Amino acid sequence: MIPSIPQPKFYKGLYSTYIALFFVYLSAPLIVVGVFAFNDSLFPSMPWEGGTLAWFFGNEDPYIGIFNDTKLLESVGVSAFVAFWVTVLSVTVGTCNAFLFERSKFPGKNLLYIVSLSPLVIPGVILGISILVFSNAIANGIEEAIGWDLEFLRPGLFLVIIGQFAFVTTITTLVISARLRKFDVSLEEAALNLGATRRAALWTITIPFLKPALIGAGIVAFLMSFENFNTTLMLVGSDAPLTIAMFDRLKQGSTPVLNALSLLLMVVSGGLALLSVFVQRDSKN
Amino acid sequence: MNKSSSITTGGTFRFGLLLLAMPLLLWLFLLVILPHVDLFLVSMRERISYGKYEFSLINYIEFFAEPLYWNTYVRTAVMSIFATALTLIIGFPVSYYIAKVMRGKGKNVLFLMCLIPFWVSELVRTFGWMILLRESGVISNFLQWAGLADGPVEMLYNDAAIMVGLVYTSMLFMVVPLVSVLDSLDDSLIEAGYDLGGNAFTVTRDIVIPHAMPGIASGCIVVFMLTLGNYLTPNLLGGKDSLWFTEQIYTQFITRFNWESGSAFGFLLLILSSVIAWVGLKLSKQTLSETVG
Repeated sequence: MIPSIPQPKFYKGLYSTYIALFFVYLSAPLIVVGVFAFNDSLFPSMPWEGGTLAWFFGNEDPYIGIFNDTKLLESVGVSAFVAFWVTVLSVTVGTCNAFLFERSKFPGKNLLYIVSLSPLVIPGVILGISILVFSNAIANGIEEAIGWDLEFLRPGLFLVIIGQFAFVTTITTLVISARLRKFDVSLEEAALNLGATRRAALWTITIPFLKPALIGAGIVAFLMSFENFNTTLMLVGSDAPLTIAMFDRLKQGSTPVLNALSLLLMVVSGGLALLSVFVQRDSKN
Repeated sequence: MNKSSSITTGGTFRFGLLLLAMPLLLWLFLLVILPHVDLFLVSMRERISYGKYEFSLINYIEFFAEPLYWNTYVRTAVMSIFATALTLIIGFPVSYYIAKVMRGKGKNVLFLMCLIPFWVSELVRTFGWMILLRESGVISNFLQWAGLADGPVEMLYNDAAIMVGLVYTSMLFMVVPLVSVLDSLDDSLIEAGYDLGGNAFTVTRDIVIPHAMPGIASGCIVVFMLTLGNYLTPNLLGGKDSLWFTEQIYTQFITRFNWESGSAFGFLLLILSSVIAWVGLKLSKQTLSETVG
């Protein structure tokens, strides 16, 4: 059970084997995706036909590598654009929310806090359709009232950004609030005593203290937006973000170019994940 | 949550507070509260002709009258509960190993190894399972090579494949709360249990599991809700017969363009997920802010 209690060798071995098998289960799909990016075959499946880099750099039909697949590259661009705006918006609003919840008192605060947690428990598909229905109602109402057709309220990138922002903001709020809670308010008071204006105290004392949480929340927001599928599926228009484009290809059956793309995604998001872990860890010391 | 305000004082207090609360209020009202109210209103109306609607319960009546719909609904709920239980059973020994058996640096490394797969997009993870399970896939070839199967074995497009994918996708949300709650269990309690004549089974049953209850509850609730709302995994691993309720919502909205009945379905799914989460919270005497916060 625990190291201080002697156990028969057999049980210890059995337990370690189980843990090892668990990690095989965790890593198997990811390893397989990565390995088949180098398979010289038209399908991401067995048998192994020898190594190739064509799925990265290839330029001859049907061996179109990811760096020459304009459709997929475009969708990466669309996703990056969406993720950028979701990150900027959700970190900004999340910071305001953190100050509101940690620093001020007002009636109904607890209720508001619970409502602001709710996007985490609403299934993404439902969040998507509710925003779709509501924005469509507004667009129809405006069109009937004054005759303007507001294109951005119809399915498209604007709605995708809004829909992802709706639930990512809850996460940035939680991350930034947790850091702000640890802040010693007397530091700010000292700055004010020493003649700083409120704005100067905020920008030279509080915001630098929050910086690790702001960066961490930004990375999480970017990744969540980049990888979101459920909400995006319901709000997407003609410009497909990466997850939607990959989903369509997967359904049709695709060449291993998807493996090459997935491998690149794994490297980038794994790197960002480690970065956010280290940024947050440094801030604890 | 309850620190007094040191910055906002005096006459600017009200105005400053309102300014600070503006983004929050806009976000919650425009993107969360009003859309769901509207979703409910749309679900309660019937389309008479172009642009003409009437109050009606027809969408809900249709749901109960058509066996395909509520069978899918019940099937999704049951499969989600099963997936949650399976995730708990598989994840608990692993969490215990990380929290109690491992020491020092190895513990952090193992915990991090548990987390990293979940930073990778769900789509990529599901793609990995497709390559492993399909007829021409890795496992099928391995079985033939090992002489355990005569021909290609199709392991994709059935309920077991959906289950494997759902458990895989949910594992993180079970392991993290379990590790943190088991970490707080004092070793001396386990030692005392053994000193008093307990064995591995009784100590687990009487000491470890009662202590881990809050973590088990929050892990199960989060996993259940994520599974219920999943679209990608059942769709890709289950194929045409996956019959997941989110697929019905998608069909109503996008394929059949029947927003009224799609809204009703969405609302029913929301009710199911809230009711089960609420029951779980009540049973384990927890609050929402403790569970997700």
